[in-house]
Amino acid sequence: MNMVEKKLSNDFYIESPLPPKRTRMQEFQRHFGQNRLAILGLFIFILFFCCAVTGLFLTSGSRPIFDPAMVRLQEKLRPPLAKPNLDSLQPQEVPALGVYLMGTDDLGRDVFARMLQGAWVSLTVGFVAVGISVLIGIFMGGIAGYFGQHHIRTDHILFTLALILGTGLVIVNYTFIGIVIILLCLAYIFYSCLARHESTEKETPVLKAVLHSNAVSVDTLIMRIVDIMLCFPSFFLILTVVALLPASIYNIMIVIGLTSWMGTTRFVRAEFLSLREQDFVAAAKALGLSNFRIIFRHIMPNAIAPVLVSATIGIASAILTEAGLSFLGFGVPPPHATWGNILSNGKNFIFDAPWLTFIPGVAILIVVLSFNLFGEGLRDVMNPKLRERH
Amino acid sequence: MESKNKNNHSILRIEGLKKYFPIRRGFLQKIHGWVKAVDGVSFEIEQGKTMGLVGESGCGKTTVARLILKLLESDAGKIIFQGHDIRRFSEKEMKPYRKEIQIIFQDPFGSLNPRMTIGQSIEEGIRILGNKHATNRKERLETLLSMVGMSSDSSDRYPHEFSGGQRQRIGIARALSVEPSLIVCDEPVSALDVSIQAQIINLLKDLQDQLGLSYLFISHDLNVVGYLCNTISVMYKGHIMEFASSEDIFNHPHHPYTISLLSAIPDPDPDIKWHVKPSNGHIGDSDVVPEGCKYQDRCTIAETACLKDKMVFEKVRENHFVRCWKAAKNHGSSPD
Ligand SMILES: Nc1ncnc2c1ncn2[C@@H]1O[C@H](COP(=O)(O)OP(=O)(O)OP(=O)(O)O)[C@@H](O)[C@H]1O
Ligand code: SF4
Ligand SMILES: [Mg+2]
Repeated sequence: MNMVEKKLSNDFYIESPLPPKRTRMQEFQRHFGQNRLAILGLFIFILFFCCAVTGLFLTSGSRPIFDPAMVRLQEKLRPPLAKPNLDSLQPQEVPALGVYLMGTDDLGRDVFARMLQGAWVSLTVGFVAVGISVLIGIFMGGIAGYFGQHHIRTDHILFTLALILGTGLVIVNYTFIGIVIILLCLAYIFYSCLARHESTEKETPVLKAVLHSNAVSVDTLIMRIVDIMLCFPSFFLILTVVALLPASIYNIMIVIGLTSWMGTTRFVRAEFLSLREQDFVAAAKALGLSNFRIIFRHIMPNAIAPVLVSATIGIASAILTEAGLSFLGFGVPPPHATWGNILSNGKNFIFDAPWLTFIPGVAILIVVLSFNLFGEGLRDVMNPKLRERH
Repeated sequence: MESKNKNNHSILRIEGLKKYFPIRRGFLQKIHGWVKAVDGVSFEIEQGKTMGLVGESGCGKTTVARLILKLLESDAGKIIFQGHDIRRFSEKEMKPYRKEIQIIFQDPFGSLNPRMTIGQSIEEGIRILGNKHATNRKERLETLLSMVGMSSDSSDRYPHEFSGGQRQRIGIARALSVEPSLIVCDEPVSALDVSIQAQIINLLKDLQDQLGLSYLFISHDLNVVGYLCNTISVMYKGHIMEFASSEDIFNHPHHPYTISLLSAIPDPDPDIKWHVKPSNGHIGDSDVVPEGCKYQDRCTIAETACLKDKMVFEKVRENHFVRCWKAAKNHGSSPD
């Protein structure tokens, strides 16, 4: 063993020099900067964002600068950049820049003003819908990934179903039956709390064994719900739901959000599953940190990157969905302009006034494309394995 | 048992620890069989001493470590830490013992959170101690870093900026942050090159002298284990095959597996001649476990008795146990 000791020489505290300091952010910028298309996407996105925000202020209020609802029947279907006919207009009807930047529609409304208003709709629908879907997705995926191995007992499932049934019955006015079911549920809770204290194991072993058996794991339950949701073609699911609900911009956002969380859930679950097995999580557990802290401080920051990427692309598809709904007449109700319903109106005049379809169509194309480019750029930067290929 | 425990000042005693992983196959994920990763392991670590756990890849060393830290639920046995059987303790009951046992990992890249600075990672542990260091967390952080030989300006850097050896030091600092009494080192130097290995091992030794730590040192490198450990357990397919003091393992190995391990290490001193020949070694398939002695398919001196009899851990001399009836029977004539 002499040689071993010789090998363990006394260069003990010698420290190799640290590399130059470069934060994650700087590294991110370096790699992102090389991706021209992603930069372009980001640029267009920022432009769109500014347009939408300024548009909100310019087109709202009691006397907006660009009034998207101002009807001038004598000026209908004017082409882009046409000068207004000042003789036939009241002074307050003259467009703000003295020119119809994007022409007018069949009611003589200023398409530029309507596009500005629509930009804000698209932006909020995109962000709120994706916000909802990401929140649900992180929650469900996080539970499935981190607590997935826990099992749910049969009686808990039956109990939940009964409670939902009871509440549903109360809502649709079968008040008495509903309340009876809910009370039965409460009685069951009460009973099982009592039964835990007195250990009466001999009385109903079969029934109790069935009720207390493990039905499914949390992971299986959540992922099967995801599979079921994915079975429906989502656009038609949205159409059905929107047809039943009163048309409003908030309902659209919520419905799009509620029908698009499945992808995020799968992402987050996969990330949690792999991160949970990592040594640094084991170290955190060994230190005695709480589950809450481990999830939010140690796992989440590592799982969030791919979620952000898919969210960026999700915004694009939410905007597209909203435009599609508006086009079909299920979207935001008519006086309010959105890119979808401008397009929808315009299609009747596609030969007389092609700009009515062309302008919103191109706007949707550019915004969706820029989001996708930006999202894919982000993904390449965050995933070093993809990065090496370039 | 208790009194013997006190005499030895044992900090951790494992008795008959078992962990079987189910093998699931098919569409319904039916349980097909069991991987007996840890199958009745017993050993003891004395206060302030180091026990080595050696064995080839896949024999269950990491599983033992994770069972001790209660990162995995064990199936049977006892984990007696400071006189309490913590095996069935709930998370709440574990609270006072959690910080007493810490772990250092093999993979220096996976063991640090890539999104946290070094300072943040270590402070997670300092925070656990609560108000003890509440006022001077920064100071405590700097002390910990200097204890492991890192400069204090590394605290606001991210793990990817460090080399493997530096990360291993950071991992040690994190383990020390909660002032543990036992550290499980799961192959802490296997991923490092030789000169860095030496630094880390010396660091561990220094820390033991300063802080009175006990180590469970897991490795497959007998050289390292021999240098660092007071006692050694040799593990094979979920069983401890031989347990003895470091000198006994090196000078009077009894179990054929230990002997083959010793013959496999590059001989550090050409004057010593091992009286052994290498085992006819194909690596055994860990999840097909034969009856009788687990080592029978590779053992050069196996007999029919080895196939059937249940092997027991037999004492061949004071503090020297071996799980092989043949070695136990003729230990008198074993090479000295
Ligand atoms: N979570 C698990 N599920 C199923 N089998 C497992 C699991 N963890 C470990 N095993 C099995 O248990 C056995 C022992 O694994 P373990 O990681 O403890 O080996 P090891 O001695 O640490 O090996 P190495 O030296 O390569 O680290 C292996 O056969 C492995 O396949
Ligand atoms: S019990 Fe038999 S097979 Fe096992 S190690 Fe001893 S001699 Fe070899
Ligand atoms: Mg291992």
